[in-house]
Amino acid sequence: MSENALVTMLQSLSDVNGTSGDETLVRQTIKPLIKNAVDEMHVDALGNLITFKRGCASNTLRVLVTAHMDEVGLMVTGYTNAGDLRVATIGGINARLLPGLLVTVGEHQLPGVIGIQAIHRAKKESFDKATPVDNLAVDIGATTKDEAERAAPLGTVMTFATRFRDLGYSVRGKAFDDRAGCAILATLLQGERLPFDLYGVFTVQEEVGLRGARVAAYTVDPDVGFALEGTIADDMPKEEKDVSPTTELGKGPAITVKDRSYTTPPRLLCHVLKSAEVENIPHQLKQPGISSTEAGSIHDARGGVPAITIAVPCRYIHSPVALTRRSDLENTLRLVRASIARLTPKTLRLT
Amino acid sequence: MDTTFALLKAFTEAPGPSGYEGTIGNLIAARWKPLVDEIRTDAMGNLIAVQRGTAPEPRPALMAAAHMDEIGLIVIGIEGGFLRVHAVGGIDRRVLLGLEVTVHGKRALPGIIGSRPPHVLSRDERNKTIAWEELFVDIGLPADEVASLVHVGDIVTVERELVELKNRLVAGKALDDRACVAAVTLALEALRHRDHAWDFYAVATVQEEVGLKGAITSAFGLDPQLAIALDVTFGKQYNDTDPGTFDLDKGVVIALGPNFHPQVVARLIEAAQAEEIPFQREPVPGSSGTDAWGIQVAREGVPTSLVEIPLRYMHQPIETAAIDDVERAGRLLASFVARLEPEYRPRWEDER
Repeated sequence: MSENALVTMLQSLSDVNGTSGDETLVRQTIKPLIKNAVDEMHVDALGNLITFKRGCASNTLRVLVTAHMDEVGLMVTGYTNAGDLRVATIGGINARLLPGLLVTVGEHQLPGVIGIQAIHRAKKESFDKATPVDNLAVDIGATTKDEAERAAPLGTVMTFATRFRDLGYSVRGKAFDDRAGCAILATLLQGERLPFDLYGVFTVQEEVGLRGARVAAYTVDPDVGFALEGTIADDMPKEEKDVSPTTELGKGPAITVKDRSYTTPPRLLCHVLKSAEVENIPHQLKQPGISSTEAGSIHDARGGVPAITIAVPCRYIHSPVALTRRSDLENTLRLVRASIARLTPKTLRLT
Repeated sequence: MDTTFALLKAFTEAPGPSGYEGTIGNLIAARWKPLVDEIRTDAMGNLIAVQRGTAPEPRPALMAAAHMDEIGLIVIGIEGGFLRVHAVGGIDRRVLLGLEVTVHGKRALPGIIGSRPPHVLSRDERNKTIAWEELFVDIGLPADEVASLVHVGDIVTVERELVELKNRLVAGKALDDRACVAAVTLALEALRHRDHAWDFYAVATVQEEVGLKGAITSAFGLDPQLAIALDVTFGKQYNDTDPGTFDLDKGVVIALGPNFHPQVVARLIEAAQAEEIPFQREPVPGSSGTDAWGIQVAREGVPTSLVEIPLRYMHQPIETAAIDDVERAGRLLASFVARLEPEYRPRWEDER
């Protein structure tokens, strides 16, 4: 799979809209990509797309790999009398990002704008505080509450109106957290059969509590789990020079040692690091203690599952435009493939 | 595509921050050339075009001014491949995060305005409006390439496509004041088919956002008998805390106050009523903060007035206006020009 094919896949996934609980379009985009590469595929009660690719050898491992389809967004919670939409965030969005944005509203993809008091009229005291989401509204051009309600009933969701752009060295677009993970998982599934049974699950509702992965881990009952993510890169200019940068672009896939939701079992961590070494794949360790990921839902499913998160470093996740490097996408795919291909029951001490 | 929308789209999407109006100037010139008798650019970059009138020489001249500059950013430093920037004109820091921009370096470079991720900030800091020192432009290239392609002083403009909302509203960047440049364009088109006695000078002024510079210098150059400035005013929006804003799509706004000659204002109102163009009145007790303020005191003084288009979210990259209001402003200007008699001059009641 060429680097460009991976980028093209990321583009088609990034440009599709799917907030937590409303992942249908993303699922519909993924299905044709892997339909002929997997043996079974079904959608569960929450909307997880669960795929099964039978192993080609007698190795009895059950391996789960997840990547979440949902992105952060906004939901209509009310109206102003003048026809604007009151909203709440779906997943974590820093409110100070919202003013000045263009959003895409609902299934009819209506354009909407989020504006604030003109700078000329803003009160000095309030200028320095970000406006809380409750005090913002989305303007779709409606002139009455009725018109707004007909165009966007309560519960209508909206996403950032960003279009993917290939800058050569880097690529940018919305929802790299976690369409980058989805692109890598889809590519993995399109490849050769592995020696063991592979369950590739495109999960739902990660952004609102790692929910889809919890259900998928129960259903699949795996021996080991890999969560693929697009994670925070903080390699920007900073005052404190000797603090680790969470992750950095260009240094390859970011491997989690421990985050807010789980700790990687040392044997599994060693295995992944060894795989990187053996195959000469650039990689980095994510600064411990930051963010929660699907490995957090997998590791304590049923009686417990060794799990690890491997992520593509991305700047500006949870904002309208994220940025990542082609080389990091490619190297993350290589590391995931190598780590999984080299697994044996012995690695996980299961014999 | 709706032709007024197409016109607004072309004008608003082009780059042209204060002092760097070349690109937008060329675009407007190309559009105006077939509509006018003469067109030129003055020493400051103001675009000046004239449709000659039918009255005998010496023919009086009306100047209509709409500013073509937009607010923007300028590179003030380069740090490890990231660009530090500051404002050109009244940029609103509260809306910068997450914007797509173009850095006009050795070539046009697509960038994003970013900052450090929220998790490294305290809860309080996360909810504060970002400071200039905390944001930067990321063009996604290696540091050494950035250093060779971008220099301190390069300008940066917002990338935002014009979109159409419901009810023929449009949203995008630089509607302040390209919406009025569009209105002037519509007036030029209308006046091709309508006799007018006076010379009609259409001026796309420069550097309004940094001190009305183009208005002051072009008014000196033209020394018109009468001037109308066209700019935007505050549109009514959901979070208005004070009065003094105007409904969109309820008509153009005609300003009243010391910045404007009352007789000219009266004639504007007459023209609006005669042509059934809906309008609203705006009381302006002092400076209008527009080109009108600069034009009024050029040379020996110019009788001036101001026509405005209501605009929501001013100086944010989602400024919103009604297409119909743009068209109304164009019609009002054309109608006003056409009704000017050759011997008319604004005079005070007590003048002989």
